[in-house]
Amino acid sequence: MKLTGAEIFIECLKREGVKTVFALPGGVVLKIFDTLHQQKDVEVILTRHEQGAGHMAEGYAKATGKAGVCLVTSGPGMTNVITALADAYMDSVPVVCFSGQVPTNLIGNDAFQEADNIGLSRPCTKYNFLVKDVNDLAATIKEAFYIATTGRPGPVLVDIPKDVSQNVAEFVYPKSVSIRGYNPTVDGNKWQIKQAAEAIMKAKKPILYVGGGVVFSGASQELLELAEMTQIPVDMTLMGLGVFPGEHPLSLGMLGMHGTYEANMAMHYSDLVIAIGARFDDRVTGKVSEFCPHAKVIHVDIDPTSIRKNIHVDIPIVGDCKTVLRELNQILRATVNGEQKDLRKPWWDQIREWQRAHPLTYNQDNDGPIKPQQVVKRLYELTKDRDPIVATDVGQHQMWAAQYFKLARPNRWLTSGGLGTMGFGFPAAMGAQAAFRDRLVLCIAGDGSIQMNMQEMATAVISKLPVKIIILNNGFHGMVRQWQDLFYNGRYASSNLGTTPDFVKLADAYGAVGLRVKKVGDLDAILKEALATDKPVIVDVPTYPYENCYPMIPAGGCNHEMILEDPPELKMKQSGGAKVTPEDKDTVLTA
Amino acid sequence: MEHIISVTVENKFGVLSRVAGLFSGRGFNIESLSVAPTLDPSMSQMTIVTSGDERIIEQIVKQLNKLIDVIKVVDLNETEFVSRETAIIKVHTKDVDRAEALRIVDIFRANVIDSTPTTYTIEVSGDPKKIEAIINLLQPLGIKELVRTGRVAVAREPVRQAAVQAKKIARE
Repeated sequence: MKLTGAEIFIECLKREGVKTVFALPGGVVLKIFDTLHQQKDVEVILTRHEQGAGHMAEGYAKATGKAGVCLVTSGPGMTNVITALADAYMDSVPVVCFSGQVPTNLIGNDAFQEADNIGLSRPCTKYNFLVKDVNDLAATIKEAFYIATTGRPGPVLVDIPKDVSQNVAEFVYPKSVSIRGYNPTVDGNKWQIKQAAEAIMKAKKPILYVGGGVVFSGASQELLELAEMTQIPVDMTLMGLGVFPGEHPLSLGMLGMHGTYEANMAMHYSDLVIAIGARFDDRVTGKVSEFCPHAKVIHVDIDPTSIRKNIHVDIPIVGDCKTVLRELNQILRATVNGEQKDLRKPWWDQIREWQRAHPLTYNQDNDGPIKPQQVVKRLYELTKDRDPIVATDVGQHQMWAAQYFKLARPNRWLTSGGLGTMGFGFPAAMGAQAAFRDRLVLCIAGDGSIQMNMQEMATAVISKLPVKIIILNNGFHGMVRQWQDLFYNGRYASSNLGTTPDFVKLADAYGAVGLRVKKVGDLDAILKEALATDKPVIVDVPTYPYENCYPMIPAGGCNHEMILEDPPELKMKQSGGAKVTPEDKDTVLTA
Repeated sequence: MEHIISVTVENKFGVLSRVAGLFSGRGFNIESLSVAPTLDPSMSQMTIVTSGDERIIEQIVKQLNKLIDVIKVVDLNETEFVSRETAIIKVHTKDVDRAEALRIVDIFRANVIDSTPTTYTIEVSGDPKKIEAIINLLQPLGIKELVRTGRVAVAREPVRQAAVQAKKIARE
């Protein structure tokens, strides 16, 4: 039977198991929307901005492990979704984005709402396709899903000209895909894995450094087995949070620029770094020349380009984390005995000492301003039994969430790591909520970043996505202010937001529920009220504006040289002790 | 150090921009690049001359391999290879210089492929040093235009294998 391009598109989605598409219509995709409108298998969630659609697809993908799908129109629709594609590319999120294009006979004519979608998206997608003939559409969509979800996952764009969605062709969905230039290596080299096992057996001060690759590979069980069997401490990257239980005695929490003291010290002083599905990002390595100076490095990654990109690797293993870990565990099971525990006792004594010396800390006075860490901590304690999905934006609140929200399972943590996209959290949370309507989905946001995709509140209300947003409202772009306090003499250039909207009224205006925590004593009650609401909620929590996020490794600094608290002159300024001239009134600290 | 990288790619639109975009986006050098279809018209052969330390070359090879339209990547510096470049040079020739121009063409085993009363158009092939040398010699006469193809290269066949093949052909 012959189908139109639009019908073929929907048939393909159904065969890929896609239930939800995040979309915003426009002239050249009307045929597709019209066809979507007349069926019930694929739900369309109408977003208010294409960036929102892209991030929702990301949130959906991160929470489910399957490809998220978004659909946008040509021209501005495409340019708007670029940020989300770039974000997905940096964080290896499987997203398939369909964009409309002007009819094939107009391509290149500067037609209305025309953009070079292929050229625009080339540097921020894993691959992209322009479908010029409706007969190629089904095979192209099959390839797009295959490329997005295999190997190192990533975003794939399929550009569909208007006439291609209208023309008819025989629908044949290919059973399999074969692309001669694309064959990801899944099985690790056996000899290398054996070398890795031997190094692990011998190491006195080993550390596991695990990232988002382990999440996408679904290898958290294998990781748990490896860590418990060998008694090796686990550092997680920002993208890896949740892949190892945050409250497990072997977990040292997050490492990197705002990682825990013990996580970074353990990296620096280890003699064997076992990197799995992580890419030695500059936020983790700090100063490359002094990164892990005493360690041999094992690196397991499905993407060969990640290996030896930033850091010298002694035992590289290209392969899927789950497959490699299974094989590694099998070898270790036969060889591990009680000796490793004795061998590593001094290492664990040292780590426990680091933990005791500098735990994550903050001061919350009962009648003082609310500290942002306290909000995250209470939110965690109140919700941990409900196994929530937690989304964040980017900035101080993100780092506090990473430090204090100790997730127990993977696919619960939606955050923008590589690109650092403010405005990511809320739409990502909605994407996850669309996949899991009955789950609790939280979005921890800052007052700066929430405003970057605030318009999606309309989508949340109308599509019944009851995300709970907790805004840590400090009136600043907090991380920018922190850097200005530490490195720019406290001159708050464009970091003071001056005025923020009344978020309670704003929620109300959208038809959502707005709540505000006025004092720390009310925190639990208000959070509980929010959690009990079945609508989208904004909880506005005005927090102490000058709280800084520690530990901190200054950009390009060494991992063992962390700033652990505000320097004395900053403390003096905050306590009102510093002399302030009238010209400095922007920087007067009045909490 | 200079490396010659031979890349077999899908022969379809947009592939060149993916390769070029990879080099510019990651700050790698391209000294020259040449592309043409292979015997199999569904594939093209690119020869890329680039430079960088060992780590950069390793990244270039890996990043090229990662491109979905790239079928095969060979860093020719890892083996023996032969390379050639062609230049077409249009030279001004006054009456007194015409004989000298022809002598230079002769010395370099180049060809005159077009001629007017005041110019010769000369084609020359060889390694880059040879091309540089003939350019240097022709410069005093006055070079009007110069185009170079960039290098193409191929790995040398290992000798023993070649001998076996020759025998096989002889038998047939």
